[in-house]
Amino acid sequence: MDTFEILVALIKVVAVFVAVILAVMVMTLAERRVAGFIQYRHGPNRVGPWGFLQPVADGIKFLLKEDIIPANVNLPIYLLAPAITMIPALTTFAVIPFGAPLEVAGRTVQLQVANINIGLLYILALTSVGVYGLVLAGWSSGSKYPLLGGLRSSAQLISYELAMGLAIIGVVMVSGGLTFNEIIAHQQATSWNFWKQPIAALVFLVAMYAETNRLPFDLTEAEQELVGGYHTEYSSFKFAMFFLSEYANMVTASAFMVCLFFGGWDIPFVDETQMGAWGVVLSVLVFIAKIGFFLFLYIWVRWTFPRFRYDQLMRLGWKVLLPLGLVNIFLVGLWMALKV
Amino acid sequence: MATVVKTYEPKFWDRFYLPAIVQGLVITLGRFLKRKDTVLYPEKKHVPPPGYRGLHRLNKHDDGRIKCVACEMCQTACPAHCIDIEPSIAPWEEGEERYPVKFEIDLLRCIYCGFCEIACPKDAIELTEIYDFAAYTRDDLVIEMEGLLKVFDITKDGNVYDRQNRGESIELPVTR
Repeated sequence: MDTFEILVALIKVVAVFVAVILAVMVMTLAERRVAGFIQYRHGPNRVGPWGFLQPVADGIKFLLKEDIIPANVNLPIYLLAPAITMIPALTTFAVIPFGAPLEVAGRTVQLQVANINIGLLYILALTSVGVYGLVLAGWSSGSKYPLLGGLRSSAQLISYELAMGLAIIGVVMVSGGLTFNEIIAHQQATSWNFWKQPIAALVFLVAMYAETNRLPFDLTEAEQELVGGYHTEYSSFKFAMFFLSEYANMVTASAFMVCLFFGGWDIPFVDETQMGAWGVVLSVLVFIAKIGFFLFLYIWVRWTFPRFRYDQLMRLGWKVLLPLGLVNIFLVGLWMALKV
Repeated sequence: MATVVKTYEPKFWDRFYLPAIVQGLVITLGRFLKRKDTVLYPEKKHVPPPGYRGLHRLNKHDDGRIKCVACEMCQTACPAHCIDIEPSIAPWEEGEERYPVKFEIDLLRCIYCGFCEIACPKDAIELTEIYDFAAYTRDDLVIEMEGLLKVFDITKDGNVYDRQNRGESIELPVTR
């Protein structure tokens, strides 16, 4: 590894990290402003132009607030839980390619922090680790509501991870590889997976909402039943870490969705390899726009639908999404067999 | 008595949830794009309808003399006892023989019922549309005759908030 490669790797790491944090900041504001707009209000618009400095004000507030540690907590685990949630949330984005390969000084630079040959499995593994944070936070708080929230999140994860995995298998079958680059290359060569496997895309979309604990599946932090869910006993910046990782997970999940079913950074009807550096810039912008749509969908859905009841959640996961995923795999297999 | 229990049988498409979900999303998107009801207060001010009962004013004749004759009818009618009047002999030759030397209204006691303007035989006291007066102390919210006459000056040319929204700068006498 020479200096050039180390420098490029450093730049990519910092850029992706900053981009994810920025996206999280924009999301916390967008969440409240879109909520306001849907309810005929304006939302927070006083701090800075259009309220853009609101996330900064919130961050300062979280840092300066009193950090309360309740008496009955299991201290080491209680302190560890936010970190266990946050680190995977910020590291999963590493394997996602965010633009077309760039030619710099005669070398090809992949716009991706780490091109691992098991990219898909890496994301699935790390998001599962993130849930340990929620379960441990609930368990170590020494209070019944966080415990219930933590248990619910683990049950929900098991139910929906299966459906999500089945939806991904359909994509892996047609593209023949576990890296995002192969999946995107395959979609560029043929067409977006969404047009070929709409059932898988739908199953993945629903599972994605359950995985990130967002409405209509936010059973883990159902305010009306569980006070605040797994983070009830957390305050100040430890709470902010849970908050941050929830939004970072949403950003990663949206990017995951875009890469699997909507061609990643692929620009529809345009051949970006003909345009040189501008094509790369354009591909990054297109990728951001696609992620932006799914992030908006997250908020849009949240302020439209009520929460599922717990048994309804389980029924949907096991009786609807799981069979649908299997049907999709069968259809894809049949199509591949007939084509050969 | 027999009760009719209405049951709902989901239709074929209802069983898929998706049409209903799309319908819901379309409704919220429509709301998202519509005009917002909130009035952005300090920049834009809500214009109360005519007949709104806000801050009081003491009317003046065309030549600048106060219309009030200090008959104390309003003070008597006031259910909150917020008006304090001290009458005196009018200094001018023509017109009314009495006028108030002191006319105070405690704006925190006032319940803005409008009985004073009904009781007034000279149409001298009136309630205006002004609602955003505030101060730091209780004493600052006792408005004196001078202030009440100034309220007349700023409210006589049409709705204050209409004019403020059009960019005219109008200073309220009570607001600090």
